[in-house]
Amino acid sequence: MDKFQKVKSTAVPLPIEDIDTDQIIPARFLKATSREGFGDNLFRDWRFNPDNTEKDFVLNDSTYSGKVLVAGRNFGCGSSREHAAWAIHDFGFKVVVSSFFADIFKGNALNNGLLPVQVSDDYLAELIEAIKANPDTEVEVDLEQQVISFNGNQELFEVNAYKKECLLNGYDDIDFLVSIKQEIEAYEQASEVI
Amino acid sequence: MAKTLFDKVWNAHVVKQLEGGIDVLYIDRHLIHEVTSPQAFSELENRDLPLFRKEKMVATPDHNVPTKDQHLPIKEALSKHQVDTLIANCEKFNVELYGLGHPFQGIVHVIGPELGVTLPGRTMVCGDSHTSTHGAFGAIAFGIGTSQVAQVMASQCLLQAKPKTMRITVDGELGKGVLAKDIILYIISKLTAAGGTGYFVEYAGSAIESLSMEARMTICNMSIEMGARGGMIAPDQTTFDYIEGREFAPQGEAFEEAVAYWKTLKTEEGATFDKEYHFDAADIEPMITYGTNPGMGIKITKEIPTTLGEGNQDSFKKSLNYMGFEAGESLVGKPINHVFIGSCTNSRIEDLRIVADYVKGKQKAQNVSAMIVPGSKQVEKQAKAEGLDKVLEAAGFELREPGCSACLGMNEDKVPAGEYCVSTSNRNFEGRQGPGARTLLASPLVAAITAVEGKIVDITKHLN
Repeated sequence: MDKFQKVKSTAVPLPIEDIDTDQIIPARFLKATSREGFGDNLFRDWRFNPDNTEKDFVLNDSTYSGKVLVAGRNFGCGSSREHAAWAIHDFGFKVVVSSFFADIFKGNALNNGLLPVQVSDDYLAELIEAIKANPDTEVEVDLEQQVISFNGNQELFEVNAYKKECLLNGYDDIDFLVSIKQEIEAYEQASEVI
Repeated sequence: MAKTLFDKVWNAHVVKQLEGGIDVLYIDRHLIHEVTSPQAFSELENRDLPLFRKEKMVATPDHNVPTKDQHLPIKEALSKHQVDTLIANCEKFNVELYGLGHPFQGIVHVIGPELGVTLPGRTMVCGDSHTSTHGAFGAIAFGIGTSQVAQVMASQCLLQAKPKTMRITVDGELGKGVLAKDIILYIISKLTAAGGTGYFVEYAGSAIESLSMEARMTICNMSIEMGARGGMIAPDQTTFDYIEGREFAPQGEAFEEAVAYWKTLKTEEGATFDKEYHFDAADIEPMITYGTNPGMGIKITKEIPTTLGEGNQDSFKKSLNYMGFEAGESLVGKPINHVFIGSCTNSRIEDLRIVADYVKGKQKAQNVSAMIVPGSKQVEKQAKAEGLDKVLEAAGFELREPGCSACLGMNEDKVPAGEYCVSTSNRNFEGRQGPGARTLLASPLVAAITAVEGKIVDITKHLN
């Protein structure tokens, strides 16, 4: 996994609640056996008509761009498909800001260097308003300090200390788990697992 | 301190505790399917890692398989490639695979329990959010992403923060025509699609205890639809009777020993939960959803609400707009052109029996296409042995071969854009059953009645 660097970027507002992973990447695009290329179908059915012409959707609106996606509460609910995190990352986003994240999506994002930043409902509303008022509004996300800010408006956000370490250094869980193999084997012996 | 069922099973599986509140959790069984495993196998290969415990894995193709002519090669090239990749990976890594045509093949959450792979006290994962189903046995079971699938392959463990606990108690007697699906849709409508996020749920109370194992699975299956990673039910005699004699369940003396242990898997008197809810079974009626997440459900007798509580009203309007419904209107009388009976929520033999029992001697309405997809080869075999296939076919239902099918519209089983489908599956998200498809979630009984009537009916009156 790549190291997570400080992000300073304009942002894309998507103030819809309960955005599920079927919207982020519909099931019919999950047939690939590699991790690449899912960004092409990010929000497929919100972006494109069945004849592939563009719909009126924020990702088709050149007014907005950037590495930060700002979405309504309960982002990423539904299916556990990690393809959702891959698609968002592959499209070019490094951060998703919302006032609430679904558990599995949050974990998948963290495992792929995509930072979910959970802010208060009020902060989210102010951020969306600011981006809509001025699409050049820059959002700064400092993982080290756990601070998000725009136009001088700051909020602290939480991130698990272990996952923070992983993101900052580019470590994967798998490296750690493989490194404690002997302890896992000792557990198996002691607990007579079935 | 008094312990919950969840605490007991979780604590027994902690290999090691790390700083920052993360546990190394041992996983007893790992189920895999064709869609979320290929990138995990590739990761092992790219890192040159062995598969740590192949004997703790079970593989089956389910999401992306056709439900017609499974004996023939898969026509769609990408789907074929994905299923072939699962076969090749299982051969290479020597993993037990129940491929198409195998008597044990089926939806991964249907076959785990019916084969006795799912047992009380076990930890189980799968790259699928409905892994919560297995919690019905008193197992800790939850869905994971593909990176985590690779982690379990490499170490049989996961790094997990221990979730908070929630108990949902449903006491009392269920009314006529009220099924497990109605209980869980009712609960989600009360808690919302995010109400369980961050929690692991225990379902308790006399109404839950009165349910069969298959009904309990329907409830635990949809825990994720309120955001909870998993839901569990304490094992009891109903659980032990279901498990006894199944293919991979402990046999003979080992079974007796296991039961003695399983009997200890109960929440102790005085144990506390981070959150508790109590519901009265008498308040639950047959349910149906009207919107685009499973929290948007109502009693069939009631009207669509005019606002969605504290939620964003634009999102509520967007949802109704997608469904083509008006706030405040009743769904009764709405014509329905598709009925789908299947999915890991409701494709077990009891579900098929409920449908067959209702439609026996009746005919589906002319305007309806009714598809029924058994959850596994074993369910299909049992249905045929009981003659349910004949009953269903005579009523105009199409009985397909096992798979996830129109629950997620990954194969060719899709609902056309703009059309309504009453579905026994678990998600009514936009486009879930096909681009533009409009899904109304309901029980197998409501689905069967809808198929016969060709429209939504007030089943509380209908059954009387």
